[in-house]
Amino acid sequence: MLQYLAKRLLLTIPTLLAVSLLVFLMLHLVPGDPAIIFFGDQPVTPERLEQVRRQMGLHRPLLVQYFDFLGGALRGDLGRSIHNSTPVLEEVRSRIGSSAQLALAAFVVAGGLGLGLGLVSALRRSTWVDAAAMLVALGGVSMPIFWLAAMLIFVFSIKLGWFPVTGFGGWNRLVLPAFALGFVSSATLARLVRSSVLEVLWQPYVTTARSKGLRETLVVRRHVLKNAFIAVVTVMGLQLGTLLSGAVITETVFARPGVGKLMVDAILAKDFPLVQGAVLFVALVYIVVNLVVDLSYAYLDPRIRFE
Amino acid sequence: MALILTAVAAPLLTPYEPLAVNPADRLLPPSLSHLFGTDVLGRDVATRILFGARISLLTGLISVTIAILIGVPLGLVSGFYGGLADRLLMRLVDLMLTFPGILLALVIIAILGPDLFNAMLAVGISASPTYGRVVRATVLAAKSQTYVEAARATGCTNARIMLRHILPNTVAPIIVLGTLGVAGAIIAAAALSYLGLGARPPEPEWGALLSEGRNYLRVAWWMTTFPGLAIMTAVLSINLLGDGLRDALDPWLRN
Repeated sequence: MLQYLAKRLLLTIPTLLAVSLLVFLMLHLVPGDPAIIFFGDQPVTPERLEQVRRQMGLHRPLLVQYFDFLGGALRGDLGRSIHNSTPVLEEVRSRIGSSAQLALAAFVVAGGLGLGLGLVSALRRSTWVDAAAMLVALGGVSMPIFWLAAMLIFVFSIKLGWFPVTGFGGWNRLVLPAFALGFVSSATLARLVRSSVLEVLWQPYVTTARSKGLRETLVVRRHVLKNAFIAVVTVMGLQLGTLLSGAVITETVFARPGVGKLMVDAILAKDFPLVQGAVLFVALVYIVVNLVVDLSYAYLDPRIRFE
Repeated sequence: MALILTAVAAPLLTPYEPLAVNPADRLLPPSLSHLFGTDVLGRDVATRILFGARISLLTGLISVTIAILIGVPLGLVSGFYGGLADRLLMRLVDLMLTFPGILLALVIIAILGPDLFNAMLAVGISASPTYGRVVRATVLAAKSQTYVEAARATGCTNARIMLRHILPNTVAPIIVLGTLGVAGAIIAAAALSYLGLGARPPEPEWGALLSEGRNYLRVAWWMTTFPGLAIMTAVLSINLLGDGLRDALDPWLRN
């Protein structure tokens, strides 16, 4: 296990470097002078332009700029937002709470709903329950998250008035976004849980468990569900990307002050240091979470460690 | 099929113009003359959705084409030559796969600026590694077949073997992946447009329509409901088509 851990950790380093290089180059791949792009169509004095250029460090050689950027990032200095001059790290940090809360809640929704739907439809296979559950799942796979979110707002906030429309703070502002975000992932999960449970139901050890007179609920809980959990872990790992892009959209729809919304707003405002910082941060979190998923998978399934 | 037909026949199916502004008819609820109601400028929502079908379906197709154009040669070269080229290219693919698609798309749009074509490019590029992977796997399997050996024995050049003997093997999985990919690309492009990073109003792209409807949710639910249903219908039918194609093209699943 330790050896595997070390190997995975070492493999992360080139990824991190490449990501940082990409994020750094982003600013320089923009056609034209980043400082001029920043001002867009508004008139600007050459002095102000030069000032912004210096602020961005554009007057120095590219390689020096990259190492500066990397060194800064390692020290936690991601530069300052062009618009309001607050440190980028500060901006990102103030948004983490909201995003983490949403991600966690959505994760619970996705896991609970996906496992429930998948299990029910597998145990009641070829009945109307199965058909209905899979229809819900199919809808979830095909539904754009921003539309689901808008519909939830319309029904539960505007018509029924149960939840506030937007914002952050308090559980009642969390329910709708978490459901919208979790539902889409739960659909994929439900389909996979269904097929893996169906597969397990035919395994000899399940037949054995039944034939020794174990009650059906116990068979399901001890023998079937346990194996279905491996599928859950795998899919949740694979769903991270979906969850992430969903979070960017969900935060925008519900106007939650999270990292995803920060990123979109920064792109629209052409605040490049802020875009770089936010992208770097999200990529880092993504890589770390991926690592944790991989490790927990290796822990659950010893065969992986010896590959 | 019906989907493509309605998209092509859009001008014949509706008496209204997608961009014609008619302030007297603003925010009318669905009725017989305006099946899906009208928007804030008095434009017929059904008409805009029909014309939007052209943009959205085309967006999906172009994004996937971009992904295939990048991914297939990558996988072909990587699988066929192996060795250093393979290792380098697969590292690149791994890297792109560890970097979440949405971030890559956002970075590309941050670089190129928000615009519908840039959104297609972003969606296409971030989807391309998957195609590279699949093609590489197919090529690896095909490379050791006897007919490739026979082709080599008759003196075919590498390029000819790759294009004439190995590429046809990758067509079936690419068609399936591509079909499912169109559905994903429509959602992804609509999402970018919704965020204001893709198609811009007044273009009737489906995501842009939803984004317009967002501010009028309280007074005009139809502006949001119907474009969303259109996306869902399109994506669902394309997904089912992809599933069907997979079953039809894969002899293993047929048994």
